[in-house]
Amino acid sequence: MIAPLRAVFLRDLRIAFRVGGGAGIGVVFFLALVTVIPFAVGPDLPLLARIGPAVLWIGALLASLLGLDRIFSADHEDGSLDVMLLAPAPLELIAAAKGAAHWVATGLPLVIAAPLLGLLLGLEPALLGAITLTLLLGTPALTFLGLVGAALAVALPRGGLLVAVLILPLTIPVLIFGVAATVGAAGGPVPFDMPLRLVGALSLVTFVIGPVAAAAAIRNIRD
Amino acid sequence: MAFYELANPHRFMTLARWLVPVCAAAAVALLAIGLVLGFRAPADYQQGETVRIMYIHVPAAWLGLGIYTLMAIAALGTLVWRHPLADVAAKAAAPIGAGFTLICLLTGALWGRPMWGAYWVWDARLTSMLVLFLLYLGILALWRAIEEPGQAGRAVAILTLVGLINVPIVKFSVDWWNTLHQPASVFRIDGPTIHPAILTPLLVMALGFAALFLALHLAAMRNEILRRRVRTLRLLAAAEAC
Repeated sequence: MIAPLRAVFLRDLRIAFRVGGGAGIGVVFFLALVTVIPFAVGPDLPLLARIGPAVLWIGALLASLLGLDRIFSADHEDGSLDVMLLAPAPLELIAAAKGAAHWVATGLPLVIAAPLLGLLLGLEPALLGAITLTLLLGTPALTFLGLVGAALAVALPRGGLLVAVLILPLTIPVLIFGVAATVGAAGGPVPFDMPLRLVGALSLVTFVIGPVAAAAAIRNIRD
Repeated sequence: MAFYELANPHRFMTLARWLVPVCAAAAVALLAIGLVLGFRAPADYQQGETVRIMYIHVPAAWLGLGIYTLMAIAALGTLVWRHPLADVAAKAAAPIGAGFTLICLLTGALWGRPMWGAYWVWDARLTSMLVLFLLYLGILALWRAIEEPGQAGRAVAILTLVGLINVPIVKFSVDWWNTLHQPASVFRIDGPTIHPAILTPLLVMALGFAALFLALHLAAMRNEILRRRVRTLRLLAAAEAC
């Protein structure tokens, strides 16, 4: 049962990193977003340092919403989704494998880029580590929530904006606890580890709910 | 009449035919009584006359939450029991629920202006209601995105249930976020100290709102069934014309 999952995981990674896969675009968007912020609020480094964690989290959130609608729709169009439905592994686990591959291709680069972009915002080096840690624990939750939206919009020709509208309200808890943990790391009124653990918990919960709901949504259009 | 007998859309239509006017009449009567009682109730010693906004605001908030719960039960009906009317009920409820949530937000804004000095404050309850409104809008958008009614119904059912799992998490996180950013000093209407003179009109208004919802919901369900029949007939006619 593991073999088909590994095959799906590696195949999705390979597609993502090849020409037309679009794995790097999310990071470029993240960079562009962080670059645009100072033009809006002014090049005031203390202010940027204060809102920096929030900017990085919102940037990562928006960037991770970008490629979501392609997770299943490309496979739906070329028929690979039908093959996956016939695979010896349950569709829930295949959806989980696809989500994991999508996170490695799009979420992990955002996490790696975050400390570099944090330097642009004048964040303290110690804080950069904390933000990177919260993003590392939080971006899987964004991906696996997005998996549900991607599966719901699988057969729609222009699902991108719809997926974002469906998923954004559900990501609010991740955003709240992710930013709160960085506030705690910066010496704010909250502890660092409590919200951080909740971010991790949300990732674990969505890791269960996301693939199950996504598989149900895919079976729905195949009925 | 057993629950499963309602699964027959035809039987539902005959039932709705007399239930809609009954509910509508009950809504008019209850809302009239509630409004009169509300205007004759004593004004609050702190808030003055503006406290009367509560008689619309609070029932709308209850219904906004209650209708989402109803949609979640209907979602189970769609996915688990394959009840043929469940997705009709869910589809008819969504815009009404969004409407009540919007009424709650708007009256809250009007109430907030004299009380808090601003139309909007990022209070935990207001923010939670706003998130609920966003969930409603997402569900409405998904209904409009998928053409085939049965398929749209099952997709929305999945989204509704995922949203339902998220609602308590959102509520908890927003409450926590709120205590983090501002002390909970805003005036709160709840608690055991609510006076019967205020509680009676509030409950009458809530019943009136519920009756109004039932009337609107049954009428909307009836329309949706008719709309689907028209769609089927059109498809059949188009198939015959080929």
